[in-house]
Amino acid sequence: MTIEIKTSTLEPVRQTYANIARRFGDKPATRYQEATYDVQAETNFHYRPLWQPQHELNDKGRTAIQMEDWYAFRDPRQYYYGAYVGQRARMQENAENNYAFFEKRNLADRLGDGIRAGLIRFLVPLRHVEHAANLNNMYGTAYGYGTAITQAMLYDGMDRLGIAQYFSRIGLILDGNSGEALIEAKRAWMEDPLWQGLRALCEETLVTRDWFELFVAQDLVLDSLIGQLVYDQYDAWLADNGGQDVAMLTEFMQEWRKDRTRWVDAVLKTAAAESDDNRALLRDWAAKWRGKAAEALSPLAREMLGEEALEQALAELEKRMAKAGIN
Amino acid sequence: MAAKKLNIKDKYRLLTRDLDWEFSYQDRKEAFPYEEFEGIKITDWSKWEDPFRLTMDAYWKYQAEKEKKLYAIFDAFAQNNGHLNISDPRYANALKIFLTGVSPLEYQAFQGFAHTGRQFGGVGARIACQMQSIDELRHVQTQIHAMSHYNKFFDGFQDWSHMHDRVWYLSVPKSFFDDARSAGPFEYLVAISFSFEYVLTNLLFVPFMSGAAYNGDMATVTFGFSAQSDEARHMTLGLEVIKFLLEQHEDNVPIVQKWIDKWFWRGTRLLSIVAMMMDYMLPNKVMSWKEAWEVYFEEAGGSLFKDLARYGIRMPKYAETTEKEKEHVSHQAWWIFYNYGQAAGFHTWIPTDKELDWLSEKYPETFDKYYRPRWELARQMEAEGKRFYNPGLPQLCNCCQIPMGFTEMDDPTQIAYRQTVYNGERYHFCSDGCHDIFVDEPEKYVQSWLPVHQIFQGNCGGPGVEDVLRDYYRMNVGADNLDIKGSPDEQRWNAWKGVA
Ligand SMILES: [Fe+2]
Ligand SMILES: [Fe+2]
Ligand SMILES: [Zn+2]
Repeated sequence: MTIEIKTSTLEPVRQTYANIARRFGDKPATRYQEATYDVQAETNFHYRPLWQPQHELNDKGRTAIQMEDWYAFRDPRQYYYGAYVGQRARMQENAENNYAFFEKRNLADRLGDGIRAGLIRFLVPLRHVEHAANLNNMYGTAYGYGTAITQAMLYDGMDRLGIAQYFSRIGLILDGNSGEALIEAKRAWMEDPLWQGLRALCEETLVTRDWFELFVAQDLVLDSLIGQLVYDQYDAWLADNGGQDVAMLTEFMQEWRKDRTRWVDAVLKTAAAESDDNRALLRDWAAKWRGKAAEALSPLAREMLGEEALEQALAELEKRMAKAGIN
Repeated sequence: MAAKKLNIKDKYRLLTRDLDWEFSYQDRKEAFPYEEFEGIKITDWSKWEDPFRLTMDAYWKYQAEKEKKLYAIFDAFAQNNGHLNISDPRYANALKIFLTGVSPLEYQAFQGFAHTGRQFGGVGARIACQMQSIDELRHVQTQIHAMSHYNKFFDGFQDWSHMHDRVWYLSVPKSFFDDARSAGPFEYLVAISFSFEYVLTNLLFVPFMSGAAYNGDMATVTFGFSAQSDEARHMTLGLEVIKFLLEQHEDNVPIVQKWIDKWFWRGTRLLSIVAMMMDYMLPNKVMSWKEAWEVYFEEAGGSLFKDLARYGIRMPKYAETTEKEKEHVSHQAWWIFYNYGQAAGFHTWIPTDKELDWLSEKYPETFDKYYRPRWELARQMEAEGKRFYNPGLPQLCNCCQIPMGFTEMDDPTQIAYRQTVYNGERYHFCSDGCHDIFVDEPEKYVQSWLPVHQIFQGNCGGPGVEDVLRDYYRMNVGADNLDIKGSPDEQRWNAWKGVA
């Protein structure tokens, strides 16, 4: 039985803000729409930035990509702040339970020495990669155009900080909170020849100027390849070699990867569908960074997983590029 | 293996501070290129004390809890027509100023902290900025959602972001934040984190949020409570920034002092809009602007600057002037808007008898002597059917962009004019403070997009003011502007309340 509660209704003068009504008609709008569209200032900036006088404060010209409407980058997840933190809070609660269980049962002790050493060598240094990813997404947040894409880049940037912290916690679980695993992993990051290609590439992304190119380099190419190697192949290898419990510690990242891949692919598809010029740019950037990343990752992939590993990861990247129309 | 317990500081260091590394393959200055041009000297970023040590997982958790509660209230507010509980329809006009004037600044704060959150070479400072960036995005979005229901029932909210980029008086807040964001990253932090968030924030936040509480506005007051813990973090960042810069190098002291002087003055000018809101726009008064200034600046700020004296920092320049201004500024500001009420995106009115008496009581030195007679004259003219509007457009200060209506503080009958000549052009200012800011950086302030100049140059449509309002500002002329008396807002309110 449903109870019908009577509430008094007043006739509103309008259903939503005028900018939303201009885009979608005067009808009740979603919270995502009102929090996103046309929120960023567009015109009449008072002063040129001292730090970049060639640009306005908000300037479409910080990338070579051109869009008729920068709000075309609708986030398929429709994350505004409240929706975003709500979703991540659910994921972190699950992660917290996993970490607590892992520690309570001393599951780290059940990992063989080989697995443990492998984790410190291959997994924990990723905290530094995530740190670069944090900065690269903050770059898009700060210099990108239009709230639709800049807010999503901020959420991704904060995700990467969170993930860097999860990788750090894995290190602390492995070394009993002494911090030694983190020191060792950082030594590998700084000195081990296996990691130098990737470190050099991360440093190169940090000096890349076009924010959309950086999005392609980081969020498509690097994340696609590293994600496939680590969260698919290495995860499977661990499962087959007595390290299956580690999946509890990376479940957050697994779930995050699915969530944000939808967004990244949607952005690429929208940008490519806009014009042939955009498509050509995206294709060039993807090819350029695919080449650099393949070279940088090759020793690591081989050592971590074997000869075929990188090919598999590249095949998945190919597929995503094809889906976005930029292969 | 028994895991040892980590204290919060060590844990935060391991989880966060240690993520960065020394570059081997690129020049680090290329990655963080804006740290030196302001002349600030950073000798050791590792001395940065994290003002709060919040990891992302904890952040998601706390913030999601707050959001859940907040949106439950917003939903209930909309469902129960919460707008009917406000004290008086005049109150809604304070919210219109908030949404068109303040919320876009939250957005600029999101952008400004994203910029510094990417650019600082020290990881601790960067991440503190990133967290503030996402908080500020929260603020603008929750404010849009809090006002969403009001927008359905009152005029003047509907085109807030379009208006913010164009409308004459909104260039006051817009230029304030454009100024901060176009400055270097260290000046930005001194401007926003310290001078604004730490020194002056209570003068923005308390008036609006307590004003909401006193006037039955559940949506805004709930937002205010919800944002309080964010603001507490922002204030600790502001204090850490100042201490860090002053402790890093003695050469930083005069630079920081100059920025404090500038941003204190910029801030007080911006707050004159809040002053008039408190004294004239809130039907139920919280406290007078003068009282607020005394509590939140003179007392709290006074002891802060005593504390900073050990670094060689003194009270901001022209703090003495503000001691006189607190007696005048709200009256002069509301008078300007009453005069130009045909060109404002909210309603204006003459204070009621009760309100005039309250103002006399709160401003015994000035109100009866200088301001009450004006309102009594306006009242008389209104009664004769001659509600007065100034048909022209005011000249604006080339720095703060407020109409040149403020007076000499020692002679409130004399409008204050300051001027300077730069590259053969003459520029006008409302005060010594604004004059000095211009003279220190003329190449910056000659760029000011002064709305009235722009209208006269034909850059905002026209030819008449009404054309500008209708076509360029996209105001609903006759609904959004003019006196509250006879406005559609007032008519609807009376219909809802069953008043003839
Ligand atoms: Fe804020
Ligand atoms: Fe704040
Ligand atoms: Zn001024």
